[in-house]
This record gives sequence, C-alpha cells and structure tokens, in this order.
Amino acid sequence: MAAHASAAVNEELNYLNWQKGIWSWLTSTDHKRICFLYLFTILLFFLAGGVAALLVRTELAFAGPTIITDPHTYNVLFTMHGVFMIFLFVVPGIPATLGNFLIPLMIGAKDVAFPRLNLLSYYVYVVGALIGAVAMFNPIDTGWTFYAPYSTTTGTSVSLMVFAAFVLGFSSILTGLNFIVTIHQLRAPGMTWMRLPVFIWASYATAVIQTVATPVVGMTLLLIIAERWFGAGIFDPSKGGDPVLMEHLFWFYSHPVVYIMVLPAFGVVGEIIPVFSRKPLFGYKLVVISSMAIAGVGFIVWAHHMFVAGISDFSAKFFSIVTFLVAIPTAIKVFNWVSTMYKGSISFKTPMLYAMAFVFLFMVAGTTGIYLAMLGVDVYYHDTYFVVAHFHYTIQGGAVIGLIAALHFWFPKMTGKMYNETVSKFAFAALFFGFNLTFIPQFMLGMDGMPRRYYDYPAEYQTLHTISTIGAYLNGFGYTFALANLLYTALFGKVKAPRNPYNSHGLEWQTQSPPIHENFAEIPVVTEEPYNYGTPTGRGH
Amino acid sequence: MAHSNSHSHGHEEIGHVVPESTFLKVLIALLVLTVITVLAAQVDLGKWNIVGALVIASVKASLVIAIFMHGKYENRIIWTYILIPFILLAIMIGGIFTDDPFRSHPLPFGAQGQQESAPAAPKASAHH
Amino acid sequence: MSAVAHPIVDHNVPPGEPPHIHHMDTPTAYGAAKLGMWLFLGTEILLFAVLFCSFAVMRYYHLAEFHDASKHLNLWAGGFNTVILLISSFTAAVAVTKAQKGDNAGVVKNFGISIVSGFIFLLVKGYEYSEKAHHGMFPFVWNSDFYHYKNFLGLYFCMSGLHALHVVIGMGLLYWYGVRPAMNNRFSGKYYTPVELGALYWHLVDLIWIYLFPLLYLVG
Repeated sequence: MAAHASAAVNEELNYLNWQKGIWSWLTSTDHKRICFLYLFTILLFFLAGGVAALLVRTELAFAGPTIITDPHTYNVLFTMHGVFMIFLFVVPGIPATLGNFLIPLMIGAKDVAFPRLNLLSYYVYVVGALIGAVAMFNPIDTGWTFYAPYSTTTGTSVSLMVFAAFVLGFSSILTGLNFIVTIHQLRAPGMTWMRLPVFIWASYATAVIQTVATPVVGMTLLLIIAERWFGAGIFDPSKGGDPVLMEHLFWFYSHPVVYIMVLPAFGVVGEIIPVFSRKPLFGYKLVVISSMAIAGVGFIVWAHHMFVAGISDFSAKFFSIVTFLVAIPTAIKVFNWVSTMYKGSISFKTPMLYAMAFVFLFMVAGTTGIYLAMLGVDVYYHDTYFVVAHFHYTIQGGAVIGLIAALHFWFPKMTGKMYNETVSKFAFAALFFGFNLTFIPQFMLGMDGMPRRYYDYPAEYQTLHTISTIGAYLNGFGYTFALANLLYTALFGKVKAPRNPYNSHGLEWQTQSPPIHENFAEIPVVTEEPYNYGTPTGRGH
Repeated sequence: MAHSNSHSHGHEEIGHVVPESTFLKVLIALLVLTVITVLAAQVDLGKWNIVGALVIASVKASLVIAIFMHGKYENRIIWTYILIPFILLAIMIGGIFTDDPFRSHPLPFGAQGQQESAPAAPKASAHH
Repeated sequence: MSAVAHPIVDHNVPPGEPPHIHHMDTPTAYGAAKLGMWLFLGTEILLFAVLFCSFAVMRYYHLAEFHDASKHLNLWAGGFNTVILLISSFTAAVAVTKAQKGDNAGVVKNFGISIVSGFIFLLVKGYEYSEKAHHGMFPFVWNSDFYHYKNFLGLYFCMSGLHALHVVIGMGLLYWYGVRPAMNNRFSGKYYTPVELGALYWHLVDLIWIYLFPLLYLVG
C-alpha cells in the first residue's frame, strides 16, 4: 500500500507526548489514548479474575476443604471469576483496546467517527465496573449466567450486579456502534471493502454483534431486577413465569457474545500469519465471508446451551443441527491460516508463536465444540468439566491468547519500543504449556463425570485435579511474566522501534512509531490489495 | 435565510426535503388506521384478532419509518440496519416458539399450579 | 448562559453553518451521525424486543388471564395517548422540514408541540397508573384478587414504564438538541443534523407505542 510518508513530520512529537499530565490522558478523545485507558482497566480485572481462578483451583487441588471452608465462598469465587473475566475483561478485550487503536489507523482515518462517544463509552464502562465493585460487598453466588429462579430469589446483591452488567453492556453498544460508523464512513481514498485488512472485517462483524445483541441481555437483566423488586411474574415459576424463557433470552446474547470475544482474535491472527510467512493471506474473500457468516449463524444457535434445561425435543434437535453450521466458517478460517503458512518463509517471532498457538488451541476448542453440539453426547457432557475445558480453550486459548498476540505484534507501534524476544518467548512457553496442563486434565475429568461448579469431589478425581491446579499456576505465571515484560519495556525499554519493524504492508505501519496525534501527516491513498507479500505486484519480498 | 425550494438539486442541501402536506396525509392515514384497530378489536375473531392488530400496527410502523423518519430516501446500509432488529426479533420469537409449544411439561417445575390452586407464596384469593 | 458549553449552540461558527469537525468533512459527518442514530434506534428496538418476546411467551401460557386483564386497562386513556403521540410525531417530522428550509421559529414551534404532547402523554399515563394503584393492580400494592393478572400486569408496567422513560428522554433531546439551538437560529439547509436525529428518536417512541397500544389495550 502506498502511503505518502510525509517528510515534514517531527519524529519526536507523537500521541504519547503531545499533551502532558494524567488529566490529558483521562479526558483525551484520541482513540489511541483511549486504547490505553481501556487496556490498563481491563488488565486490572484480568488480574482480579485470575486471582479468583487460582483460589478456585487451589481449593480443588485436593479433595475436601483445602483453603475455603464453606461452599458459599466457593460459589462466590467462581462467580467472581466468571463475571470479571467475561463482562469486564474479555468482552471489552480486543475491540475496546486494539480495536480502538487500530481501526482508524488501518483504514487511514484520523480518529473514530465519534471520538467523544468513544471516551464516554470508557467512562460508562468504569461506572459499570464501580457498581460491580459495590455489589462485591454482598457478593453474588449465581454464577455468571444469573439463571432464574435462583437469581430472582437469592439474598445476595444480584440486582446491583446485573445492573452493573447492564451498564457495561451499554458501554459495549457504544463502542460497537462507533466502530460500525467509522468503518462505513471514514475509510481512506482507495480503501475499498475488499481491500480492508481482515482485522477490520473481524472488528466489523464483532461491532455488529455488540450493537444488536447486547440490548437483548440488557433488558433481560433488567427484567431480573423487576422480578426481584416487584415480582413481575416473567421468570419466576412460582408466579407463573418461565425460567427457561430467561435462559433463552440470556443465551440469545450470550452465545453471540463468544463471537464478540473470539472474532477479533481471528482478525489478529489473520494479520500476523501473512506477515511472518511472507505470503498473501490464503483465500482473503473466504476469510471475510466466514467472519460475517459466523456473526450471522451465531444468532440462530443459542439454545444449544440449554439441551438439558427442559426445552422441547423438537427445539433441542433443531438447535443441535444448526449448531453444526458454525463449524463450517470456523473450519474455513483454520484452513486458510494453515494454507497461508504452507510453503511460506516463516520466522518464529513471538507474535507468530502466539498466532500458531491460537490456531492449535482453537482447533481443539472447535472439535470439542462439535461433541457438545451433538445432542446425545451433550446430555452426558453438559455441566461437566468437559464444558469448562471446552470454553476455556475457546475463550482463553482463543480470545485471550489473541489479545496477548496482538499486544506483542503491535507493541512497537503502540509504544515505539521493542521488547526482548528471548524473555517473551520464555513467557510464551510457560503460558502455553501451563494452559494445556490446566485444561487437558479437565477434558478427562469431564469425560469421567466430574460436574462443574462443585466444591468437593471423590478421591478418584484427585490426580487430574492436582495436575490441573499445577498447570493453572504455571499458566498464571506465564501471563504475569509476558505482561510484566511488556509493561517493563514500555516504561523503561531502551530499544527504539522503527516505523515498520516487520516489513508489513498494513497502513498502520506506514506512519511513524508511535503515531502522531491524528495518525497520518497526510491521509494516505490506498492503491493495492492487502497482504501482497512476495507477489510480483507487491512491494514486499 | 429562506431557501427557495432548491430540494435535493442544490448541492448546499444534504438530504431530502419532504413537503409538510405529505406528513399531514400520513398523519390522517395513521389516525384512520388507529380507529380501524380499535373497531376491529371489538369483534371477536378468535386468534385472528391479534394477527389483524399486528398487521395494522405494522402498516402504521412502516408508514412512520418510510415517511416520518425519511426511511424512503435512505441508502441500503441504513435499510440493512433498520431491518436487522426486526429480523432478530422474528428469530428470537421463532426460536423460542420451537420450544414452548412442544414441551412435554408445558411449564416446568409445577408453575401451572397457579391456575388450579393458589401458589405457595402470596396466598391468592384466600380472602374471599 | 450556563457555564457548560452547549455542543451545538456555543460553537464559534456563524448561524446556519455546520460546526467544524476536525477529522471528517460535513457530508461525511452528516452520514455518520444519521447511521449512528439508526444503529442506536436499532438497539432500542431490540431492548423492547425482549419485552415483546416475553409478552408472546407469557400470553401463550396465560391466554385467558391476558384477555381478561387487558380489559382492566383504560381503553379511552390508551386511545387518547395514541392520538397524542401520533400528532406529536407529525409535528416532529414537520420540524425537520422547517429546519431544512431554515425556519428556526418553525422548529421551535413544532418541537414545542411535540414536547407538550409528551407532557400530556405522561400525565395521562400517570393517571392510569394511579388508577391501577388505587385498585391494587400495581407493584408493591398487589391486591390478591388480581393475582391471576400478575403476569400481564407485570409486563404492562415493564413495557409502558420503559416506554414512558423514553418519552422523558425524548422530550429532553428535543429541547436540548432542537429547541434551544433553534432559538439561536442555529439551523439551515446546510446544517440541521440535530433536528433530524432528535426527530428520529421521537418517532421511535411513537413506533414502539404503535405496537404497545393494540397488544396491551386491545387484544391482550
């Protein structure tokens, strides 16, 4: 892509230092600064959720009470883990951080369409997080799914927590809406739809889901409050309501929400693999179509979470069959990534390692997902550790690994510095090994019948649980190490990053590192297809 | 300040100007349809009552979207996003109704107890 | 004037000219604002979609109760409110045309009628609620005689309550983004985006009511 790098740019002045002071950060409408506001906040909750997870795993390391003396505390801890990780970390995850940073840069715009709305969405998120924090004084024990009728009757502060989730959803809507409009309206000249990087396509699909699915769960959560406050009689069976209706409405959002989490990671991997394979992305159009197809199909499969919830046989069969459709676009993506690497000249830099780990882990997640889509099999696997392992492969192996990969890949652009390859590869090894050590035993536990969310277990599950706990600590160490390495480099690193360290063709690499306040000294004109690596027309080699 | 009716031809104008008389016609149509809805509801047509009411409401809604909200003059992108919520509502109701009418236990966990005898919680009709 | 700068009124631009936005040109900004508003309206429709869906399911289970309970609503009040909202929607649409012609006084007048209609709507709604509370068909003061109607009434209050909240928000938007800038002669054929967006929001309030009225008051 031909970006006219203007010579008259002062390389010393960039978005990080053009205004000084904490106040200029907190009130900035610059999408790149908002990325960092989000990043620090969500990583805080990643830490909190991670600590909760480690406490849960420590409790489960040995049969019988280990460090927690009562089951209620255990219920609270896994609920905290779920709520923090889902609503406060993974959902805003890649879109609010790297999506914010990259979308305007990648399409050649100066900012998102509504910069003030962007900042507002951050503060709405903060308000939601604070309400959630207040709810922690009487912490909820419903699990992150808030199933009725337990959520409508338990004495913990469910109303406050679901209201927090409602507010967080509002923040998610504003982000998604902003991105859709940005991608429609602010593409640089020559940036046609079929020239958009796949990360933009993935973000677009994500933004659509964020915008249209989130209101559904928002209203459902408000109805839980209505049920608790004045017994609206919609979800509570003792008042003539239908608790399964609540599950329907909840999963109508919460199934698509896993695509909010994982689609941007697909985009990240689609950016990283071509650069480090020096080959064009295999089947660009199919990757684009499959992103949109995943967003669409995601809306018609929700009841596969409810096969044993008392839904009708007809419904269960219907949703089982349509769930298999999800496998098609996701398999297309995996095929395209692998084909891109095939016969490429691959360099195993840290982002590439994460991207390859992502492909592997996501394949495990996808294939075990097929097990769970099968009605007959799911009846046995439902609510066992098999499901726990499956969705951790999807969400952690997919979304979180994707975020870490993206942070490493765009780190030179975001901070203008280069991190230490050896240290980051070591962290990657700990993280990847620890992750598999945690969750492969959980697949086995699930197949042996260990139910999820249980505080205690019989002695025959002991070995696998202990291995899983050891893996969890290693996994946690890996994350801490990887993120600490990045944080240290950002603050104290000495090695300056060049404009385009990986020789990528993406527009974001054509401006200086770190970029200036309004991204481009001169709006670029796009003349080429993306990922023209090693082709006769491409500039790359 | 008063622009002569330069409509969409003048490049100063950035949107379609709908004459007020069109809005008035639509208002009259909406009021007439409202009266029809109310009258239709007085006749007992069984389940066709709700079908009729929803059809008339949808006609009214289409008028509001197309004329009052200038939907008629919008591009395909906006139309896509006008239609998506309605499609999703249809999917939502359609998907849920693959469930409820076909359940082997119409309402699980004895919720129908309410119809036959009063439920446990606030004692109904006990004060008669 | 208040200390807080008004986003439209206090721009350092002459009346009738679009505000300067640093990162996009005027037609792009207009298109962006409109697409953004339609997306937002879509989220509002989906917010209500959950209630419509719950209504369908609850009506399926409690058909007889829904029929009987809906007869307890005040049809005259509901019908009157329908007419009021339709008229207010009409004036909101007219206000856009006035703004496009640069008739700022017309914007003030027509949005003013819409806002007053909103007030009347809320008054009638408040009357209906107090009537319901009087008869024990209201949250916190349920009369056990009407226990069977609880599923219907619960949804009625959720739906009409959320709708009333939207009326209040809509009145605020019409005043803040329409009436107040129009009093400063802010709008012209070149720049009327806030009027159009405010009107769109008000039409949505009307749109929702078009469905709520027959479902709640007529067929139950």
